[in-house]
Amino acid sequence: MRSLMTAFGVFWGIFMLIVMSGAGRALENGVMDGIKAFATNSAFFWTEPTSKPYKGFQRGRRWNYKNDDIQYIRDNVKEVEYLSPKLFGPNANSGDNTIRGKKTGSFNITGDYPDFYKIDPWTPVKGRLINEIDILHKRKVCIIGERVAEVMFEKNENPIGEYLQINGVYFQVVGVVHPETRMNFNGNRKTESIMIPFSTMQQTYNMGDVVHFFAVTSVPGVPVSQLEAKLKDLLKARHKVAPDDVQAVGSFNIEVEWVKYQGLFSGIQILTWIVGIGTLLAGVIGVSNIMLVIIKERTQEIGIQRAIGATPGKVIMHIVAESVFLTVIAGYIGLSLGIGLLELANMALDSGSDEVFFRRPEISFNMAVGAVSVLVVSGIIAGLIPARRAVSIKPIDALRDEGI
Amino acid sequence: MISLSNIHKSYAMGNNSLHVLKGINLQIEQGEFVSIMGSSGSGKSTLLNILGILDNYDEGTYHLNGKLVKNMSEKQAAKLRNELLGFVFQSFNLISFKNAMENVALPLYYQGVSRKKRNKIALEYLDKMGLLQWANHLPNEMSGGQKQRVAIARSMISKPKIIFADEPTGALDSATSFEVMDILREINQDGITLIIVTHEHDIAAMTQKIIRLSDGRISEIIQNGELKNWKSQYRRELEIA
Repeated sequence: MRSLMTAFGVFWGIFMLIVMSGAGRALENGVMDGIKAFATNSAFFWTEPTSKPYKGFQRGRRWNYKNDDIQYIRDNVKEVEYLSPKLFGPNANSGDNTIRGKKTGSFNITGDYPDFYKIDPWTPVKGRLINEIDILHKRKVCIIGERVAEVMFEKNENPIGEYLQINGVYFQVVGVVHPETRMNFNGNRKTESIMIPFSTMQQTYNMGDVVHFFAVTSVPGVPVSQLEAKLKDLLKARHKVAPDDVQAVGSFNIEVEWVKYQGLFSGIQILTWIVGIGTLLAGVIGVSNIMLVIIKERTQEIGIQRAIGATPGKVIMHIVAESVFLTVIAGYIGLSLGIGLLELANMALDSGSDEVFFRRPEISFNMAVGAVSVLVVSGIIAGLIPARRAVSIKPIDALRDEGI
Repeated sequence: MISLSNIHKSYAMGNNSLHVLKGINLQIEQGEFVSIMGSSGSGKSTLLNILGILDNYDEGTYHLNGKLVKNMSEKQAAKLRNELLGFVFQSFNLISFKNAMENVALPLYYQGVSRKKRNKIALEYLDKMGLLQWANHLPNEMSGGQKQRVAIARSMISKPKIIFADEPTGALDSATSFEVMDILREINQDGITLIIVTHEHDIAAMTQKIIRLSDGRISEIIQNGELKNWKSQYRRELEIA
């Protein structure tokens, strides 16, 4: 009973280690699932009002990227793998912008290039994505997010081939699409997106040759941060923005975010191990302590055993075996219960929605093996200290010991 | 068999050291039945412990079976004890959670004998002690005499050359004491050297040789033939006292 209570410390240590590690992993899965499909070598550019006067322009000038920039970058910057310009039309917060018969809805309208799906992947649930021919012929087609299909169409209707009136112009629906990532550029739900060809959008809505946004990936082997800096300088030079104006070109670099996330999650894992091992250590010290007490009580017995021929090695073996048995049993229960709890959590989460940032709590096989070896080693250590003490007493003193 | 020359032993008691054995010279031959007597504090238990390699000594030499016993590692000592020596204690020192058979079989376990074999041998020895039907009983279910017989069986199972008994009858009433002594005498007749420590004269009188210790020295060795004289002398001492 007393041993069991002590072994509870070990049980708790392992249990905590498993549960915390699983929870950490779940958080990681939750976040990483949202971004892992995203091209990690991508960077994004938009414009902000200038913050410095330059070449006759005042500060605070509003400016835009142009179609020329697209061609120029494609021709001159070899480090660029994919370049996808983007236009932002009316968004979901600007009131109803989409009409179909009696149904209306407000969605995020963007003009896109096919390359965009190589950076932020979407998969068509029905139909297809936007392609080069759409761009070339400035077709009035659109692909819609799942939520748009829900709002604008009946359940039994097939949206493909149907028409939506978007901001006063009719577009044919050619695809219903599902976002693979949770990375988002305008803060609204991605499933509420309507995407139309970039060139169609420029022309249909009289946007001239304005480009709102660039998404860029670097070729393999080139850090995207390097490309980001290069493109920024280039864009500033082409638009007469002061080279030392840090504000005018807004940019965002997934690589940096990715590294940040990974740092965060390895931090969480390290913390888990520190706390878990700490708790486990407390448990092991408890076991070691109780072994000391047990041995103290059994001093006489050990004395007898040695008088009739038990070698110190045998005595140590016995005690260590007992301690390892105690820790491993306790640890095993902790391990099983911990994994059981994670499985339960997993089942509960499975039925939850997509928006949860907590997915698939699990521990790796390596982690379990690591935990078990930590257990065995700590059991040995917990037994070894009292065992050495037990044999350091001369057999004759042990025999004389009257017990406690 | 046993040869001691000029054995000294002292215990450190805080700052003082207590000189317990002050030069013991002793020869014990194979097959002897020896008792060591002496008042308490005379060093008889210490002597027995040294003989049994349970304790070490400071000075002198101790040859056991022709082999010098000095500064032995615990492992060597344990091996020697296991092969050559058997022990019987005043308080029986049986292991309380093991039954009689397992207690008897224990020394064989340390020799690496398989469980089946050692239990079979243990039953044979229990049978010799007349305890066969008690084989599956725990020590606390047995009387003192029975427990001591189990302990004797245990000391014999490894077929030792010498059995040491520290006050084997100390915790027993006189009738059982005589029973136990009879058993010990039988063992001795099989050729095993027996050395017992006792402070009871009538127990000592059953042995062939009495070594009297006083104040860390051997004061008297009484051989078998002189026992009768010694007995009467002892009676006179009692009357005076």
